[in-house]
Amino acid sequence: MVDQSAVGRCFTPVTARVEPGRLRYFLNTLGEQNPVYRDADAARPSGLAGTPVPPTYLFCLEMMDVDDPFEMFTALDIDIARVLHGEQSFIYHAPVLVGDTLTFRPSVTSVTEKKGGAMTLIGIRCEVTNQDGLHVADTARTIVVRNEVAS
Amino acid sequence: MMAAADIKAGDRIVHKVFPPITRHTLALYCGASGDHNPIHVDIDFAKAAGFPDVFAHGMLVMAYLGQALTDAVPPSKLRAFATRFVAITQLGARLTCEGTVTELFAEGGERRARLALTTRDDRGEIKLDGSAVIAL
Repeated sequence: MVDQSAVGRCFTPVTARVEPGRLRYFLNTLGEQNPVYRDADAARPSGLAGTPVPPTYLFCLEMMDVDDPFEMFTALDIDIARVLHGEQSFIYHAPVLVGDTLTFRPSVTSVTEKKGGAMTLIGIRCEVTNQDGLHVADTARTIVVRNEVAS
Repeated sequence: MMAAADIKAGDRIVHKVFPPITRHTLALYCGASGDHNPIHVDIDFAKAAGFPDVFAHGMLVMAYLGQALTDAVPPSKLRAFATRFVAITQLGARLTCEGTVTELFAEGGERRARLALTTRDDRGEIKLDGSAVIAL
């Protein structure tokens, strides 16, 4: 079971390029028709210099470009069959545009036991910077691990 | 698109209904999102993990909520977006995403609004409970 020793643990930073083809695949999967995500001209009236990404796409970029998307689970000895997503948040500091190269630096911020050890909640925060070193976003997620409880 | 000048607490500015979630959607989202956890696409794996069937990625449901949000608010105006995944979203769910203004305030040198967000399935069950902060 994951314990407090995991708090503060950092994982390999992930560098991801925002590629137009992969973004289009995401948009098509979701039936996203908003021209702001498909046409750089459509985004200009709102003061953007290019095509922005949808609000949750940062989460995908981090997973897509990592060598081992389940590194964290392996490192903490968590079976992915026992993992659920509890909470997710994004704080946006600056625009993320198609063509940007982002770096994600994830770390464990909390480990909390729930329901007498039946569940462990793991908090993970991630700072996101772009190719100019600009801090563009912070993401945070809570992972719920359904522990095997001896009955 | 909302008119920022007249926005007030209580206004419902986000509302969108999505088509039912299919196995095909989950397969495409697996590739599109980089979330390759087999629990969402491989029924054998899902059953072995104690679930009756595959189920939607929480982040797929949040992506729909994000789409409903940026239909109403330009992405450049979004300052924060958060959700709690309240319940598992099953195959076939027809999701309705809604957002209501709860508060107007000043922060970071601009006028902002806080929105309460929900995603419900066609039986009215809450799947996601969230919030957003937008610049006006």
